[in-house]
Amino acid sequence: MIHSRWRRSRAALAVISAGLVAALVAGCGGTTKDSASEADTGSGTQRSADPNAPIKDGLKIAFLPKEIDNPYENIVDEGGIEAVTELKGTGKEVGPSDASASSQVSYINTLVQQNQDAIVIAANDPNAVAPALKDAMAKDIAVVTYDSDAAADARQVFVNQANSEDIGRKQIQLISEQIGGKGKIAILSATPNATNQNTWIKFMKDELKKPEYADIELVKIAYGDDDDQKSFQETQALLRSIPDLKGIVSPTTVGISAAARYISSSPYKGKVKLTGLGTPNQMRQFIKDGTVEAFALWDPKQLGYLAGYAAAALASGQISGAEGETLKAGKLGEREIGKDGEIILGPPTVFDADNIDQYDF
Amino acid sequence: MREKILRWESILLLLVVAVFAWGWQSTPGFAEADNLSFLLLDYTEVALLALALLPIILTGQIDLSVASILGFCSALTGVLWNAGMAFETIVPLVLLAGAVLGSLNAALIVRFGLPALAVTIGTLGLYRGLAYIVLGDGAVTGFPDSYRPFATDTVAGSFLPYATLLVLVVAALAAVVVHHTPIGRSLYAIGLGEQTARFSGIRVDRLKFTLYIVSGVLCAIASLVYTLRYNSARADNAYGMELIAVAAVLLGGVSIFGGRGTVVGVGSALLLMAGLRNVLFLNDVTNEIQNVINGLLLIISVLVPVVAGLLRRRRHPVAAAATEQPPQQTLPDPVAASTAHGSPEEDQR
Repeated sequence: MIHSRWRRSRAALAVISAGLVAALVAGCGGTTKDSASEADTGSGTQRSADPNAPIKDGLKIAFLPKEIDNPYENIVDEGGIEAVTELKGTGKEVGPSDASASSQVSYINTLVQQNQDAIVIAANDPNAVAPALKDAMAKDIAVVTYDSDAAADARQVFVNQANSEDIGRKQIQLISEQIGGKGKIAILSATPNATNQNTWIKFMKDELKKPEYADIELVKIAYGDDDDQKSFQETQALLRSIPDLKGIVSPTTVGISAAARYISSSPYKGKVKLTGLGTPNQMRQFIKDGTVEAFALWDPKQLGYLAGYAAAALASGQISGAEGETLKAGKLGEREIGKDGEIILGPPTVFDADNIDQYDF
Repeated sequence: MREKILRWESILLLLVVAVFAWGWQSTPGFAEADNLSFLLLDYTEVALLALALLPIILTGQIDLSVASILGFCSALTGVLWNAGMAFETIVPLVLLAGAVLGSLNAALIVRFGLPALAVTIGTLGLYRGLAYIVLGDGAVTGFPDSYRPFATDTVAGSFLPYATLLVLVVAALAAVVVHHTPIGRSLYAIGLGEQTARFSGIRVDRLKFTLYIVSGVLCAIASLVYTLRYNSARADNAYGMELIAVAAVLLGGVSIFGGRGTVVGVGSALLLMAGLRNVLFLNDVTNEIQNVINGLLLIISVLVPVVAGLLRRRRHPVAAAATEQPPQQTLPDPVAASTAHGSPEEDQR
């Protein structure tokens, strides 16, 4: 026993020392992260844009979602294909069946080979797709990202659903209207370290500092971990422990639907207001039965529509993706291109009893 | 016997020619140099994993942890790079890590006599888990431009990527070792009957141990290609790739029970899969359909020898019976198998 342990540790020692020797031999000088980034040179070939150039006929534009079977992204791409069809082009959706980091690369290469005029992509990994996208741009193919951005130098335009500030502030405006601008409220979030949640909550708190919300008091932030059952229980606990609670804001689609399910079958229905970010299909029954008055989310179809227009405008030379240019986006009107080629869809859409039946996602 | 094996490989080669001809005729953009490079590049890592698997499967064993070793080595590359280590230092360390993970597989399988399937299903999860522990679910990028061309660029003036050149070198080495050395003949002997091979003086344990270490190192090499090619080190790199690699090996006519198969067969299978995938992609065939086609191909590849055997038995009952008995009973004299000078095909079945 002792003997074999000795032999094993001797083997381990041999392996480790071999590694160290290799490291020492190779380690004297060489390419490190620091020296490599120094050598990195940004070489963005800026194409010039003519804002009055007509949209070319027969543009071929491909939409490459994170994965092909994701219902949310399918709706986005539907909107995009609608835009391309409006512009007399051909739109199509292709994509991998798994959302792994590199599975999109073969698709990008294929689209380049098919001589598409533009690629619209929701990147699974901002860096893994970057070399292939740069290659596409070098071959004069317009590259637009939506939903999830790629490295900034690997695309011309990023179409963002809405900025965090709008999303955060909108939810406070909604709850304030519903509780009459007065009373205690709580937030039901996902996990304590979810970046997007915390950014939104930061803007909610900032919005609450405005004088018109002086009578509203944020008493607690609860975390349902984006788990249906936990969110359900947290809602229960909030309502029990704070008897005079007036409203709950849940900026997560899992949280808001779990909270709505609890409230709809409890004595609090109609007394405690609930709002946040949800999808119409999840929330339809709670809007209809009066549990929820209104909630918000961006419209995924419009997101795709805007990305489709951005791709067509890039491919026709109407825009180049530079800050300050104006994108004409059909029925959505005009959008200005912001810093780093970012275009924002706009403030989130509010869904209530009047409009919810127009949406199916 | 030789005819039959040659026949499957000829079928594969014909299919390869058919797929490429079809692509060339029907699909604009297929025959362009850029596209042929993509086609080859897309399969470099799968090819390296398949070449790691081939000798292991020849002995009747399996290594399902190959893609997880790739993932771990990629994550390790990212962590070391982030820590400011020189890339020239990272390469030997990553190769070493591959060897260590391979030898852990080997230790469990050889020293403790555990079944390879169970062990490598275990380490498939274990190594992937370690990759996440090492790097988390983020990504590391910004690998040096001085090294990335090895994984992305082509040999000047041709469509042949450097990475494919690497695969060809590894394949040539594998072909020499498997088909033209006593070590290669020992692999077939072990695959046909481990006990017999052991009794006839083949150092089965030592050979198996070496195979798993070599497999680990090849996976580490594949991880470097992968990481540089995508310029992204992640714990989920090459997730699920072990199944594609095993499929390529089996489609190449290698018996999952060991003792039968050639490097040429596996190479043809890889070309066939890569070519088919590329043509289908260019024709906008969805992933689901592609999976169906690949699945059918694989089933056909294991079905054809069986059906051919059945037909032959019906036609020549006596002659067929002699060749179609289970391998254990038709084992050639193991000493002869390990020392014979003929080509290995003669030793099979």
